[in-house]
Amino acid sequence: MYVKLLSLFAAVVLVAACETAPKETSAASGIGRAGLNSGGTVTGTGSVRPGSQEDLASLGGQGTGDRVFFQYDRSDLTPEGRATLDRQAAWLKQYGQVTVTIEGHTDERGTREYNIGLGNRRATAVRNYLSALGVDGNRVAIISYGKERPSVLGDDDHSWAQNRRGVTVVN
Amino acid sequence: MAILFTRLRPGLAALTAVLVLAFAPPARADLHIDITRGQVEPIPIAVTPLLGSGAAEAQMGQNIARVVSADLERSGLFRPIEPGAFIQNPAALQGLPRFADWRLLHTQGLVTGAVSREADGRLRVEFRLWDVVVEQQLTGLAFFASTDTWRRVAHKIADAIYKRITGEEGYFDTRIVYIAETGPATARVKRLAIMDQDGERHKFLTDGRTLVLTPRFSSSDQEITYLSYYGGKPRVYLFNIETGQHDVLGDFPGMTFAPRFSPDGNTVIMSLSTGSASNIYTLDLRSRRQAQLTTGPSIDTSPSYSPDGRRVVFESDRGGTQQLYVMNADGSGIQRISFGPGRFGGPVWSPRGDLIAYTRLLNGQFAIGVIRPDGTGERVLVESHHAEGPTWAPNGRVLMYFKETSSADGRGRVARLYSINLGGGNERRVPTPVDGSDPAWSPLIP
Repeated sequence: MYVKLLSLFAAVVLVAACETAPKETSAASGIGRAGLNSGGTVTGTGSVRPGSQEDLASLGGQGTGDRVFFQYDRSDLTPEGRATLDRQAAWLKQYGQVTVTIEGHTDERGTREYNIGLGNRRATAVRNYLSALGVDGNRVAIISYGKERPSVLGDDDHSWAQNRRGVTVVN
Repeated sequence: MAILFTRLRPGLAALTAVLVLAFAPPARADLHIDITRGQVEPIPIAVTPLLGSGAAEAQMGQNIARVVSADLERSGLFRPIEPGAFIQNPAALQGLPRFADWRLLHTQGLVTGAVSREADGRLRVEFRLWDVVVEQQLTGLAFFASTDTWRRVAHKIADAIYKRITGEEGYFDTRIVYIAETGPATARVKRLAIMDQDGERHKFLTDGRTLVLTPRFSSSDQEITYLSYYGGKPRVYLFNIETGQHDVLGDFPGMTFAPRFSPDGNTVIMSLSTGSASNIYTLDLRSRRQAQLTTGPSIDTSPSYSPDGRRVVFESDRGGTQQLYVMNADGSGIQRISFGPGRFGGPVWSPRGDLIAYTRLLNGQFAIGVIRPDGTGERVLVESHHAEGPTWAPNGRVLMYFKETSSADGRGRVARLYSINLGGGNERRVPTPVDGSDPAWSPLIP
């Protein structure tokens, strides 16, 4: 029957479309790049490849040199955050071939869409600060994940504080 | 006998004809629910198996009765009578029911019907709704449908019963698009998925390799607009359910998010981030013309049109914290409407136009509530550790949303869909095969 055939046809097209969806890199999926200490290659015991994500993270204590933290619903940089970005800017000047993406993240205490806007604000604040320190804007992309990629899980102030962050990710 | 013959669009629906069955002139009856009242006592109703012309049709008749009964029960407005108590069998019910017998079961409504096969292979499904107290038929319809659309026939029968009893359009022949979630909270895999409003006929629309969020239906039920992180660039996309095609919407110089269709389906309204600001833009889907509606350094997002398309409600932190604002569809005449304590976000205009649903944050708790477009009548329906993202049933009488809780082992998150009646009662879990968030209710399927 005509109508039935048409609806069957639509279902077939749908399945085909799923199977042929374009390939993408892990960077595109956002998975594995937004987590703690992701990226970088360990070349030997205790050695960190210069210019890598791990190298950047090791600029700060506890391996957090690649990120700055924000207060609740704020996007202005703290004194600690500015100190971290000062180190990042020097590092980026040292490794002039490296390009980075600033990921803006929020904690889960907010609506999804507002948090996407807030993550964008945080990533922009980081980029603007690096830019003011002379890092070429063409080397710094931004992306907001809102509350989609918490780095730690927990319903407490400590967890939320770790999730309100801007992470500089080596491309 | 009045006859209504409706040809629906091929490909969209295989229900090709509706016949109104009038047994007696429609009578004034006392079988009625006023759903504008908060809590109502559910009306007892007996949904009997539809009589089949053969074994396959009899099975179909049972299946349809089961789906109709489940729809009515879930609405909270009906209390289906246990089938084991039925006194008359389907065959005996093809004439006038023995009303006195049914009154013994303390039922007020009675649904009878039959399933037979047309010469061209289609099913003929007819049903009648009786008022057992005044002994009259309230409504009766016949549907002609291909076998694989029997669930839609059942939902249409439930819609007809709901409408006859409440005076409001039903919402059972509808679908839900939502985000199916799997994996740990720190690396959640999110997929677009679609299902009937009762959770049946579930289907994943994307494979999970790309983060996707906030799907919303067009007024035609055939297109979805949503946010995708495809290629590491968060942009608003359009997905055509029939063709399976995904297209990025517009040519904007940055991240676009928070999309919704205009009521006529010709425009998508969304946020665009430029610098640290997020402002509201529209894209005309036919002319591809882009227009900027709001300006300034604030985060303006979650825009939603009024059903007449003349106004837009959105949230903005221009006043310091997230609050709700209403403006004209051209961006003029911005007025703040939320003034209560807390932050207000994610506004969605009711299809009836009378209310705006929102998500509120106050003292670390989430709530779903409604407020009139003029800012009066603010009322909370659900308070929870985390409840978010309301969407309206097409009749504007039921809301769906999601709740998040910590998983039992404390190391993950559990996300579930729920529905609740506008009066605040009848909160129900909406079944999904995996975790679910960001539900969007379709219009009534044409």
